[in-house]
Amino acid sequence: MDNREVLVDIKNLRTFFYTEDGVVPAVDGIDLTIHRGEVVGLVGESGCGKSVTALSILRLIPNPPGKIIGGEIFFHGQDLLKKNEEEMRMIRGDKISMIFQEPMTSLNPVYTIGDQISEAITLHQKIDGAESKKRTIEMIHLVGIPEPERRFSQYPHEMSGGMRQRVMIAMALSSNPELLISDEATTALDVTIQAQILDLMRGLQKKLGMAILIITHNLAVVAEMAETISIAYAGKIVESASAKETFKSPRHPYTYGLLQSIPKFTEKKTNEPLPAIEGMVPSPYHMPKGCRFNPRCPFATEKCREEEPEILELTPGHLVRCFYPIES
Amino acid sequence: MAEKVIEAKKKGQKKSSEDYTYVGMVFHRLTRHKLAMVGAFMLIFILLFVFVGPLVWRANPNEQIEGLEGMFNVPSRAHPMGTDDYGRDVLARMFFGGRISLFIGFISAITSTLIGALVGLVAGYYGGWADDLLMRFTDAMLSIPTFPLLIALASVLGKGVWQIILVIVIFGWMVDARLVRGLVLSLKEQEYVEAAHAIGASANRIMWRHLFPNTLAVLIVSTTIGIGGAIIYEASISFLGFGVQAPFASWGNMLQNAQQFIWNSPRLIIYPGLAIFMTVLGFNFFGDGLRDAIDPKLKL
Repeated sequence: MDNREVLVDIKNLRTFFYTEDGVVPAVDGIDLTIHRGEVVGLVGESGCGKSVTALSILRLIPNPPGKIIGGEIFFHGQDLLKKNEEEMRMIRGDKISMIFQEPMTSLNPVYTIGDQISEAITLHQKIDGAESKKRTIEMIHLVGIPEPERRFSQYPHEMSGGMRQRVMIAMALSSNPELLISDEATTALDVTIQAQILDLMRGLQKKLGMAILIITHNLAVVAEMAETISIAYAGKIVESASAKETFKSPRHPYTYGLLQSIPKFTEKKTNEPLPAIEGMVPSPYHMPKGCRFNPRCPFATEKCREEEPEILELTPGHLVRCFYPIES
Repeated sequence: MAEKVIEAKKKGQKKSSEDYTYVGMVFHRLTRHKLAMVGAFMLIFILLFVFVGPLVWRANPNEQIEGLEGMFNVPSRAHPMGTDDYGRDVLARMFFGGRISLFIGFISAITSTLIGALVGLVAGYYGGWADDLLMRFTDAMLSIPTFPLLIALASVLGKGVWQIILVIVIFGWMVDARLVRGLVLSLKEQEYVEAAHAIGASANRIMWRHLFPNTLAVLIVSTTIGIGGAIIYEASISFLGFGVQAPFASWGNMLQNAQQFIWNSPRLIIYPGLAIFMTVLGFNFFGDGLRDAIDPKLKL
């Protein structure tokens, strides 16, 4: 299907949190493949395990309470879960970078942005001060911040949210990573800035050729950016397909429900309320038996309440975890 | 329009808070804090007294005037603060005693803050058993009645300036450790710490480069107030006779020496007592003002 080299291959990843109230299976068997230079979207509601998946790739799960209890994360064919902390540090920020949701708090208030981008560079490259300053200014320029030389010596509080997110992107891309993980990177920004940042990320992706894993609950963002989309629900991937196919013919009832709940401008004006998925995300302490979506699924049968469906490839490249996939 | 605004700013009738850098803003707020300014003037006075005074009044603090005539002189031209029981010039002893007291205050306050910061950083950052171990140790240190042990320690370690500093530091770091631990517990949840992990920074780097500078504002205040506390400690230890030893002067041992003559020559106790009082009060006022000026949530 995809002839490109596989960059990241996550197999049956399971990350649990051991809290005082019980065990939370935040990620319970997620599979995800990212090819070199591919833009992959990971979509789901709050608490479905998207961010935990991202943090698991970088092995940044706070322990305790969190622990990766099973699965494999292959990066260039090597299992990241078998690497020691020292080896992981060499990968973080160098081969795999991450940008976070809150640009307002993701930068250290006591250092200039130049200092912070330089730090990301000098942690992984043996270069002297002048060289790293030159590279930092290049990076500030690359992410579209005007007057890089002046901005170099400014503090985070002197910049807007959009500018700070650009700084975060500059930091993340400073070592030419092969994979950029964007964890809700545009969620905290207003729509116009969001569009600018997405444009920037897409432009840089084309220019630098890195793969991007976009984590979001916003379907519009992945529609714009991603080639492949995986939909997560309650710690598992329920559907995975190309972006085009996901939007055109969703096969899992959950994906279908999500897409139905987006207002469409092309439809005639009616007074009908927007369709919504009934019920709530299951409590992580009490996962339903069988298919995790069954309590909210309009098509659920006795079988769905008893057995858990496997993820199956229905058509080439289109995987669905459902006994009764919706006909395309 | 925009040009006009810029022009108006250049004329600068009144600067808004955004025109300042952080340090500039703190300084500006400090100058408007009355109590802090009172404290600052007291400290400037003391510093001038102690460091410039000896240049103006050149007398040997340890030189004794032989004979009964030299003892307990009342203030005069020859001895502006009079002489003490050995016939030594009190003013000169005040200068050099003050230097020692301030030196002990600064060094022990800064050292105990650094040790407290180290303990607090490690406990707060690593959490778990490291936190339990270090904080229970801190609690234990806080529950020891300080004075008997201070005296015991001072008599074991010997008597001298560095011994006093060591003793004050041993009993002075706990409050800072708790302070920093509390701060680090909240700071380490900040996203910039997670971001630092994500660019591959090591634990040491995150503690010292990313967390420590963010606790500095609080630590500076705590050190300032700590200097006053350390001077009091020095005075108390010296007063009890375990501190700075004769013939060298410190404000504390001048007090100790003077207590036997309190009814005959009360001025011998008033001068060092007043100096300690002014210095400690100055540091406390200034420290309080600094705390208010550093806190951006307080409107001044």
